[in-house]
Amino acid sequence: MPGKLKAKIVAGRHLPVMDRASDLTDAFVEVKFGNTTFKTDVYPKSLNPQWNSEWFKFEVDDEDLQDEPLQITVLDHDTYSANDAIGKVYIDIDPLLCTEAASVISGWFPIYDTIHGIRGEINVLVKVELFNDLNRFRQSSCGVKFFCTTSIPRGYRAATVHGFVEELVVNEDPEYQWIDRIRTPRASNEARQRLISLMSGELQRKIGLKVLEMGGNAVVGYLQCFDLEGESGLVVRAIGTACSLEKLSSGSILNTHTHPNTAPASNACNSPSKDGKEPVFGEDLPSSSGPPTPFRALPTSSSSPPPPFSPSKPCSRQSSSSDTDLSLTPKTGMGSGGSAGKEAGPLKTLLRQQTQTALEQREFPFFTLTSFPSAFLLHVGGVVNARSVKLLDRIHNPDEPETRDAWWEEIRQEIKSHAKALGCHAVVGYSESTSICEEVCILSASGTAAILNHRYMREGCLDIGSTDHRFEEPSPPTCGFCHIPYDELNMPFPAQLTYCYHCRRQKVPDVLFTTIDLPAEAAVTGKGCHIQARLCRLKKKAQGEVNATAISNLLPFMEYELHTQLMNKLKLRSMNALFGLRIQISVGENMLLGLASATGVYLTALPAPGGIQIAGKTPGDPSNEQHILTIQKRINDAIAKNKELYQINPPELTEEGVGSPIPEPRQRSRLFRSHSESSDELSELDLSHGKKDAFVLEIDDTDAVEDIHSLLTDANPPIGFYSCNTETMPGIYNWTSGIQMFTSVRILRLSNTNLTNQGLNKIFTDLCENLLKSFYFKLRSMVPCCLCHLNFTVAVPEEELIQVAVTAVAMTFDKDQTQEKLAEKLIPKGGSDTDEQLQFPLELCADSSNSQPSSKISGVPESTNISSRDRCSTWLELLRLKAHTIRRGSVKTISSLEHSSPLPEGRSRSLRSSRSFGGSSVTVVKMTPLSFLPGTRIIKYLGIINMFFIRETTSLREEGGVSGFLHSFIAEVFAMVRAHVAALGGNAVVSYSMQDCVLMENPNKNQAQCLINVSGDAVICVRESDQDSLASTTTIGHSCSSTTDVTT
Amino acid sequence: MSVELDVFVGNTTIMDEEVYQLWLDGYTVTDAVKVRMEGGVLDECEANADVVLSDTMDQYRTFHMCERLLHSPAKLANQLLYQITPHRQTILIERYYAFDDGFVREVLGKKLSKGTKKDLDDISAKTGVTLKSCRRQFDNFKRVFKVVEELKGPLVENIRHHFLLSDKLAKDYAAIVFFANNRFETGKRKLQYLTFQDFAFCAGQLINNWTVGAVAGPDSFVDNMVEDMDVDLDKEFLQELKELKILITDKDLLDQHKSLVCTALRGKTKTFNEMEANFKNLSRGLVNIAAKLTNTKDVRDFFIDLVEKFIEPCRSDRWTAADMKLYLTHYTNSVHILDTFKHQIVWDRYMGVIKSCIFKMYHD
Repeated sequence: MPGKLKAKIVAGRHLPVMDRASDLTDAFVEVKFGNTTFKTDVYPKSLNPQWNSEWFKFEVDDEDLQDEPLQITVLDHDTYSANDAIGKVYIDIDPLLCTEAASVISGWFPIYDTIHGIRGEINVLVKVELFNDLNRFRQSSCGVKFFCTTSIPRGYRAATVHGFVEELVVNEDPEYQWIDRIRTPRASNEARQRLISLMSGELQRKIGLKVLEMGGNAVVGYLQCFDLEGESGLVVRAIGTACSLEKLSSGSILNTHTHPNTAPASNACNSPSKDGKEPVFGEDLPSSSGPPTPFRALPTSSSSPPPPFSPSKPCSRQSSSSDTDLSLTPKTGMGSGGSAGKEAGPLKTLLRQQTQTALEQREFPFFTLTSFPSAFLLHVGGVVNARSVKLLDRIHNPDEPETRDAWWEEIRQEIKSHAKALGCHAVVGYSESTSICEEVCILSASGTAAILNHRYMREGCLDIGSTDHRFEEPSPPTCGFCHIPYDELNMPFPAQLTYCYHCRRQKVPDVLFTTIDLPAEAAVTGKGCHIQARLCRLKKKAQGEVNATAISNLLPFMEYELHTQLMNKLKLRSMNALFGLRIQISVGENMLLGLASATGVYLTALPAPGGIQIAGKTPGDPSNEQHILTIQKRINDAIAKNKELYQINPPELTEEGVGSPIPEPRQRSRLFRSHSESSDELSELDLSHGKKDAFVLEIDDTDAVEDIHSLLTDANPPIGFYSCNTETMPGIYNWTSGIQMFTSVRILRLSNTNLTNQGLNKIFTDLCENLLKSFYFKLRSMVPCCLCHLNFTVAVPEEELIQVAVTAVAMTFDKDQTQEKLAEKLIPKGGSDTDEQLQFPLELCADSSNSQPSSKISGVPESTNISSRDRCSTWLELLRLKAHTIRRGSVKTISSLEHSSPLPEGRSRSLRSSRSFGGSSVTVVKMTPLSFLPGTRIIKYLGIINMFFIRETTSLREEGGVSGFLHSFIAEVFAMVRAHVAALGGNAVVSYSMQDCVLMENPNKNQAQCLINVSGDAVICVRESDQDSLASTTTIGHSCSSTTDVTT
Repeated sequence: MSVELDVFVGNTTIMDEEVYQLWLDGYTVTDAVKVRMEGGVLDECEANADVVLSDTMDQYRTFHMCERLLHSPAKLANQLLYQITPHRQTILIERYYAFDDGFVREVLGKKLSKGTKKDLDDISAKTGVTLKSCRRQFDNFKRVFKVVEELKGPLVENIRHHFLLSDKLAKDYAAIVFFANNRFETGKRKLQYLTFQDFAFCAGQLINNWTVGAVAGPDSFVDNMVEDMDVDLDKEFLQELKELKILITDKDLLDQHKSLVCTALRGKTKTFNEMEANFKNLSRGLVNIAAKLTNTKDVRDFFIDLVEKFIEPCRSDRWTAADMKLYLTHYTNSVHILDTFKHQIVWDRYMGVIKSCIFKMYHD
């Protein structure tokens, strides 16, 4: 009996009229938890009842506390007939189970009915008393904190990052059970809502157990998704990164002060192997972190001018684990695994073997985080991507969902081996998604191959890595992550390497694609911009395996095309790196949609991008020539304009300073739009950008013309607007407090049945472009502002429909300050300027103090066996490799790119201005998909918000058609999220996202149904200015932000 | 290819004031788009017609969904569905309850009934205000009327409190309610030259001086919560007005009064002769209006009587506004010197209102 849940129903307001005769309502409330139900008295004849009930007490297991929501049902009492339900409130009590989070839930909740929407509000008080504190981790995982935020939450430091956790649970979808054919829509919807609420509770508990077993106390970057597989069931799955977080005490912050930014000494490549033997439990770590003095010298040296290039570095080293990797059956590196096996391991004949596979899951060196403490991320290889097409079949035994587990396992293995191929031992910015159409399901996973600093990891996890440690000496954090992790002589794909334009010591690629956020300390030139590649491909309607094969065959082409588009658009903007890359492929009955979004930036460390060069198929034809010249001119103009727009003006580097690019064959691929560089035969064209490596677009068919056309029709944002899909906008540092989070959904019906691929592409591109234009227009009063975290989700809800849903936040910034701030920051700083950033350097010092740089890497000379891994390296090769993609097989792709220019500009750290923001009497709850709110400081995380709603209507026309229906539903969802946050005592939601928005309509029957799943972190934040005064008097911890500025 | 669905929902509800006004004015989406484009909205943010259309539809939908809340503005502040800044809320309410002077002028003093509502299309045609907007305004009047009808206490305060309106707008609504309640005739041709603001001013005068609430005085309303205290005229006072008749029935008093006024006016105005000649007629006019106010029917004709019995004769004699002021001041004050006249208080209460009403109404 480890817990007592107490609930009190206080009052209701704005109730609907349930009795037509009196225009009033006789309301009472049922409070249910598990199988126990309490009722309040009937409060007669009122629309604003005051129940003021006693405390209803539920004595329950903490396991139930985690899984079950508290269900509150408001009913209208009817003497003669059945009582009518007014609506329900589900309250997730998880936040109360964490001592550090909320202590009471109290507030007005919208009463929600799946048919009528919000019908009044109810005031509820909920408390939890947990007994047996000592023992409470036994059955459940109470106390493990969950964060949607994909970085270390502010106010915490990561003592240890344990790594990847995943779990999935399956069940029959009530909507598809026979009983639902006779149930009312309301009953069916409620059954689904309740089930999903239960399943996510269970999922969270199971993940929590894994975290505890790993010795962690929190999950960061928690991402939960639903797969509505229709007849075959309902899957709820989640991934996250297990960490041991420590709340920053004033003491540790003081430390930070004493060791200011000298710490960013990133380099962990020289981490000794003994470092891997950290205590199992992250909690032990702090104790082992002695005085950081021994280590401080190192950082200092790193921030000094780059030491001369020493060519004598050992090149990649071949570790035993990379051998294992080749065979694709990595050994389990640690003995403490096993939890996964317990949860998911099927009891089959191959039990032993399977258990081992399950154990391996612990070994996936994946991180759902997208931004990291400085010095955590050493090198970035490129994007790794895997997709697999599966046929759904009925899940026979929901308790042992081995098929789904195996599917994901397979994909993760693939991702892991791709990362290996890039010479990386870890994957960061990792995410998984699905797209389902009928019985076909595309599973996708993507991430960024990277080399991480071992110090943050437990033993085993990342030990495998270090394949390619050529960089012993510290490289500055501003460019270190750009340096290639793979072997120069055995590159996994063709790329041009140059010496880093920033430190001149290491090799960097010419283009870099990643799924993570721009590292805070990265040196960037100019501003960034949102870049999107869109693609539609028709496919024949088919069933079963034929269909799956057709899709499999299309996937590599789509990925290739998307990649080419991204590359072209990137060059057109004169940028050389993509962050936050997210490639989505959605399947419909007769088409596939591909959408790749990313934020382009000019990394100072990478070489300047070459221009785009147009080549004609028939050079002799004068009219054609003329045409090409015109296009070329337009492209050149566009590039020049973009350079100006995004303020990209890297200083010219003198040639000698730069290592010569690795010579590439000058021959041109016959594939159109290839990215080989050649400029020979087109010497008459003036290539004003980049002498050596212009990107050639060959116009030899209509596709190419279309591509060029679409390239040029992508409109830049209007003056005063910027946009990106990452956390913050490179080049903008002075946010003011104006923010507006929004969700927009648009569905297009394709009436023309004879559409071609091109026609479709055009339609799809216009759809996305028009959406963006709409946003700019709607938000024009906020100028100057930046749309951050633009998250597009595409779907093909039914034949001939294309759905695009976007969630983003518009944030204002102070234009005038830009220059000045930039300048001021530029000079003195090498590191970060926010306090939470600062803690990491400290952390590093501490950790490394007991891990003297030893010569772990010394060992093995350059490996030769990497080459065997380049197999599916380039996009081109992929096309030939499609044999890979057999039915139920998977399509694998690696993309990793590179590229850019010099100029030591300041780093891109968002400096949040401390402007005040308007107060108001009502509890205003701000929402943002970002992990922070400009101008404020998060002082407390109250717990995760994870809500699932279904709304259905049988009077679609009366509700204003589908648009009216969805509009009010989204507004209702926002309202319910805000109410829950406010009841927890919070005033904001960060890292908000809408994972699912599934709309089904049947206008002929005047019906529609919609499912929405949202999540985020409820927080309390205070204005930065308030904080300062507070800090001086009470908490030293808070004052560090101001101090930071002084010390740096 | 067609847009099947298109929505945009902000965490903070986005509302464009211009579009809101177009919506309130009853423009259709298509017309509103046209107006916006003509207004140069396309120049902002490189918009195109589709963008403006999409935005307009979104906004119209938002307004439509909020309209329910605007019917009881107090709910707007504590509802959870839309996050709207308090400042925005105030604007929304104020604008929603704003009305066209042209429209209200047509409805003023009419019964706020279904019958009147049926005539709205005629009014719409006559005033050029769209039918949709007419309906909204009419429903607003009716809603406010119904709510305050059942409330005790001062009218303006009640309106302001229940509908969260500005002082000015609350006073206008009080006038509308007051007129509708007493059914003052305002539609006659002779009254056409008067604007709503003229009437609203007069209503304010009547409410402040002639109602039950007026006697209690502004400070004492708390302990004198009478229903309709500001809506119904003070019956006792109306009875007392009958006593004023003596001013015209008693020949001595009348002559005395006349000579006092004439002495005071002589040489101060060009229209002195006309004033002197008309004195008895004018005085009879005003006193008779007072004496008849116990009749509901005559209360309704209060304004028409004022115009016919007083304003028109003066106007035909070409009195200036200054003449009018001069005359009425002396006309009122001279009575104080009449020793045999015992109803000074009633007289002042009556003439105070009459004077300011006539001043307001005496224009072209």
